[in-house]
Amino acid sequence: MTDMIRATGLRKSFKEVQALDGLDLAVPEGQVLALLGPNGAGKTTAVRVLTTLLRPDSGSAIVAGVDVLADPDGVRARIGLSGQYAAVDEHLTGLENLEMVGRLYGLGGAAARRRAAELLDRFGLTEAGNRPSKTYSGGMRRRLDLAGALVAAPPVLVLDEPTTGLDPASRVQMWEVIRELVSGGATLLLTTQYLEEADRLADDIVVIDHGRAIAQGTADELKAQTGGERVEVVLAEPSMVGAARAVLAEVASGEIELKAGGRELTAPVAGGLAALGHTVSGLQQAGIAVLDLGLRRPTLDDVFLSLTGHASEAPAGSPGDPDSAETEEALR
Amino acid sequence: MSTPSAGSDLPAPTPLPYRRPSGPGRALVDGWVVAKRNLIKIKRVPEILVFVLISPIMFVLLFAFVFGGAIDPGDGVGYREFLIAGIFAQTVVFGATFTGAGLADDMAKGIIDRFRSLPMSPAAVLVGRTTSDVVYNVLSLVIMALTGLLVGWRIREGFLDALLGFGLLLVFAYAISWVMAYIGLVVPSVEVINNASFVVIMPLTFVSNAFVPLESFDGVLRQLVQWNPVSALTQASRDLFGNVSASAAAPDVWSMQHPALYTLVWVLGILLVFVPLSVRQYSRAGG
Ligand SMILES: Nc1ncnc2c1ncn2[C@@H]1O[C@H](COP(=O)(O)OP(=O)(O)O)[C@@H](O)[C@H]1O
Ligand SMILES: [Mg+2]
Repeated sequence: MTDMIRATGLRKSFKEVQALDGLDLAVPEGQVLALLGPNGAGKTTAVRVLTTLLRPDSGSAIVAGVDVLADPDGVRARIGLSGQYAAVDEHLTGLENLEMVGRLYGLGGAAARRRAAELLDRFGLTEAGNRPSKTYSGGMRRRLDLAGALVAAPPVLVLDEPTTGLDPASRVQMWEVIRELVSGGATLLLTTQYLEEADRLADDIVVIDHGRAIAQGTADELKAQTGGERVEVVLAEPSMVGAARAVLAEVASGEIELKAGGRELTAPVAGGLAALGHTVSGLQQAGIAVLDLGLRRPTLDDVFLSLTGHASEAPAGSPGDPDSAETEEALR
Repeated sequence: MSTPSAGSDLPAPTPLPYRRPSGPGRALVDGWVVAKRNLIKIKRVPEILVFVLISPIMFVLLFAFVFGGAIDPGDGVGYREFLIAGIFAQTVVFGATFTGAGLADDMAKGIIDRFRSLPMSPAAVLVGRTTSDVVYNVLSLVIMALTGLLVGWRIREGFLDALLGFGLLLVFAYAISWVMAYIGLVVPSVEVINNASFVVIMPLTFVSNAFVPLESFDGVLRQLVQWNPVSALTQASRDLFGNVSASAAAPDVWSMQHPALYTLVWVLGILLVFVPLSVRQYSRAGG
């Protein structure tokens, strides 16, 4: 495999803050890597180093075969960046914005114009293309910014939190756009605070915290690290805990836990749906009334929690687990 | 998993799908693209234009009618006529504030990051900004000249000399633009720039012969005024417009004997220092 992005031992500090603390990254050609981490994890700093906007204190990076430190201009000609905040000129129309970017990549006037129109069309902005971008919604502005990154059809794309601040509908629209992009063969590095987003878009995920990669793998691999599926039962009567525990013991692959409140039991299971079915019939036979019963698959939120010991700041974050400290120990 | 390992290769640099101009020509080509972008803003935000045009008119009228009678330059030329070149100088020098404020605004809005991620000349954004600000200054000079003519100012030398006078004003303002560009990149806040420019440019234009004749200053102040490049600029413009009386000899200092040359020396000096300084600051902006 050929790595279109490879960073080794990136370090960068701002006064006391160690924003990057020995970060390694590799993105093979045609793949999508998500850099996943909470606010302040160092995502933007990593992006700025890889896109030549910032010199690291130490470490090296090769992007599209070009050394970021030795030939930044060569890197710039081969990447498209959409930064964390849409950097479009509010006084220019959508068309003018893209045309300008095209000219600055070195396209001729006619070619830049043609490319701009093509991209507006692709991003559903043709109608708005002759309005100053000041009049655009947040989602439209974001798409225009992304279109700017595509003007030169660069082999490597870097998107810093492409959906942060978008409403759910715009987010889904953006996901579609990004997926389409990658199907065209580009190599993509994207950062996100949304675990769901990384799961949907990326081939590979690097979890970053305090400027360091703390885990890496596919979404499935990361989920497996938190210990797989669990059956959860919420009892109608706390007094039935003993009986319910006996039923769960038949399917549990590990220790059964009683959660705070005294009516919720959780058991790690191996069999998935079969274990759930067994639990349902067992509870019925024993005449135990339940308020809720379910098979819970770990989300990436659980992964983050188990890796860092604190919840991610993504809005979709799961409530803190009392057992997180334990899991963290186990993983180290 | 794709941790960096000996197993995976690095590609040869991917070939570029298009050809880019290189060398110093690129700074001009890219600079022009950026200048056009700045000029579109005049079209979209006409309020700016109104401000650019109204304030010089206001200056000419205020000075002509409020102070016009109070001060006598004493060499046979009416104060209004004496004053106009000073107002020209002050206004175009103040115009440099636009450069600093524009860059500060672009920094704050992340546009500079966008530019810096593009394979363009690192001088282009600054070349483009300072160039579009020349256009602002041309507009305000035209308006001020027309207003001046209305209130009695006259061009008494040849038309060509007058053009040289305007040219000198623009060239000097251009150099000051690069100073403000540097400040705009260092202090990326429009408000701070506006205040900073006031603090720097007010003394520069008031401790000069722009509004008051050189002869009315004494001692140290007199020295400052004599060697202030704004004095030379004003003196040179007055000479070229023919707004000095034939009888009055130029003050006996080199800077006032050769005001145009002295101004150009300053222009060159400022550009030699602030062009590289600003380009370097741009290249490392934000990090
Ligand atoms: N220009 C800067 N000056 C000082 N501190 C900075 C600067 N940029 C980033 N930081 C700090 O570095 C850390 C990482 O920031 P950042 O890379 O922006 O994180 P993220 O993008 O993951 O939210 C944060 O603590 C942030 O405050
Ligand atoms: Mg960030």
